[in-house]
Amino acid sequence: MSTISLQPLHPYPIADLLTFEPLPLVACRVAAGFPSPAEDWLEEKLDLNQFLIQRPAATFFVRVEGDSMLGAGIHPGDLLVVDRSVNPTDGKVILAVLDGEFTVKRLRLDPPRLVAENRAFPDIPITAERAFEVWGVVTNVIHAL
Amino acid sequence: MPRLFGLVDCNNFYASCERVFEPRLKGRPIVVLSNNDGCVIARSNEAKALGIKMGDAEFKIRTELRQHDVVVRSSNYTLYGDMSARVMQILDANLPAVEIYSIDEAFGDFTGIDDPCRFAAELRIMVRQWTGIPVSIGLGASKVLAKAGNKLAKKTLNGVRHVQRADDLAEFPIRDLWGIGPAHEAFLTAHGITTGAQLAAADRVWIRAHLGVVGERIVWELNGTSCLSLEEIAPAKKNICCAKGFGQALTELPDIQAALAAYVARVAEKMRSQKLACGALSVFLLTNPFRTDEPQYNPQLSSEFAEPKTFTPDLQHEAQRLLARIYRPGFRFRKVGVMLLDLAPHLPIQRSLFRPETRFAEKARLQAAIDHLNRQYGRDAIRTARQGFADKHRLRAEKKSRCFTTRWEELLRV
Repeated sequence: MSTISLQPLHPYPIADLLTFEPLPLVACRVAAGFPSPAEDWLEEKLDLNQFLIQRPAATFFVRVEGDSMLGAGIHPGDLLVVDRSVNPTDGKVILAVLDGEFTVKRLRLDPPRLVAENRAFPDIPITAERAFEVWGVVTNVIHAL
Repeated sequence: MPRLFGLVDCNNFYASCERVFEPRLKGRPIVVLSNNDGCVIARSNEAKALGIKMGDAEFKIRTELRQHDVVVRSSNYTLYGDMSARVMQILDANLPAVEIYSIDEAFGDFTGIDDPCRFAAELRIMVRQWTGIPVSIGLGASKVLAKAGNKLAKKTLNGVRHVQRADDLAEFPIRDLWGIGPAHEAFLTAHGITTGAQLAAADRVWIRAHLGVVGERIVWELNGTSCLSLEEIAPAKKNICCAKGFGQALTELPDIQAALAAYVARVAEKMRSQKLACGALSVFLLTNPFRTDEPQYNPQLSSEFAEPKTFTPDLQHEAQRLLARIYRPGFRFRKVGVMLLDLAPHLPIQRSLFRPETRFAEKARLQAAIDHLNRQYGRDAIRTARQGFADKHRLRAEKKSRCFTTRWEELLRV
């Protein structure tokens, strides 16, 4: 008959939970009184938010379901960072609303059409008859490996 | 330099928020229902055109809603609050000073801007592009004029209106002026004053005698003299209350205790977020006054603390003690409420001479850890045992849209 012994947990001390800073890439404990040679060279910690989000008020996250943009590196299940403040210009990947439905496609302007990055999907012309709106420009895709 | 105020307000805010994430709702009549899907608290223009009024009870107009194919949504304050924060952030980044007035309105300082109408029009376009929310902007030398301008702006094509003189309000009904309620309106109408322009021309001494200093301020403001300044820092709350109605009438004490525990957790979090402590607490119960066939009982009890409190379990303990004293079986309660009173900054700590708190630092650290975890893992991830998990007091919200901007599992899917 085997016995199970419970290992005591070593959780983070509560004081550490109170500082809401991103974890430093290198943690270094300095004994009091010893001047660190790195003091003058310390920089801000790296923050993914700064990297991905230029204008938080205009940035939204969206989940991909379809595979029409595989060629652009956008897979089903990926997360898209959509910035509504970026101007939609020729060649940008956009989140568009076509006849009330969302779709992610590359915008081409001469002639105006929505292009997929998957041979199974035909180009969609943008005409006056169809209700078309640019919801935002896709700036980044986050793909878990 | 003469001040220039702007009032920026979102058009049909709740309905507009729903439309951002569900574009096929454009052009359709939409109503948004209050907590517990009770009554209409927002309508799109198409719903207004159908004659649906603010405050209409949902069950009363149910057939009409179905007949006209009106889209019905339960209020999604999580979404509305986030969208509001985005709009306010854009205003804050583009104006020297902003006073947030409500979830969908803010006053801005437009003083010294060249061509303020053009600037306002561009700001409007920016908000619309960045968030999808349409806004209207009224400009004026005073807050009252800016608010009037905002009302007029809704009828213009570019959504902006600058009220430069009182004559612009020659056809503006006084009831739509800020600060003029039904009583004032009735009085003024009886004396031949029905428009903004007429009120601006009224004798100030007479107005002061009959409408008080508040009335006189309105007249000064209508004439371009600003009496009300921008308040950028919201004054600290005098009390914090949570008294949500139950989804269904509750009669048993454990269920009401659980609801009270949830509300105490809520107000305690709000209080701590404003860095306050409370010196007194009040608990009350309400039966349904519309059920005249049922016995009524609406007790209330308060108590004072020896020392100001911030720690949720301390507040829970006292609130439950008060509830136990006022609860009586045999009543169908529709609401329990808790109010934190006598709020003051939590530091410096006023110590009691007779029963001083000895574990303050320890409690503060524990509470901070719990607050942090609840922010990270969702509201009430850690809750006091009394709250339980049955949540019988939870409100109906059958047609709520997803929290598209605050929950990973509820994002827009494309």
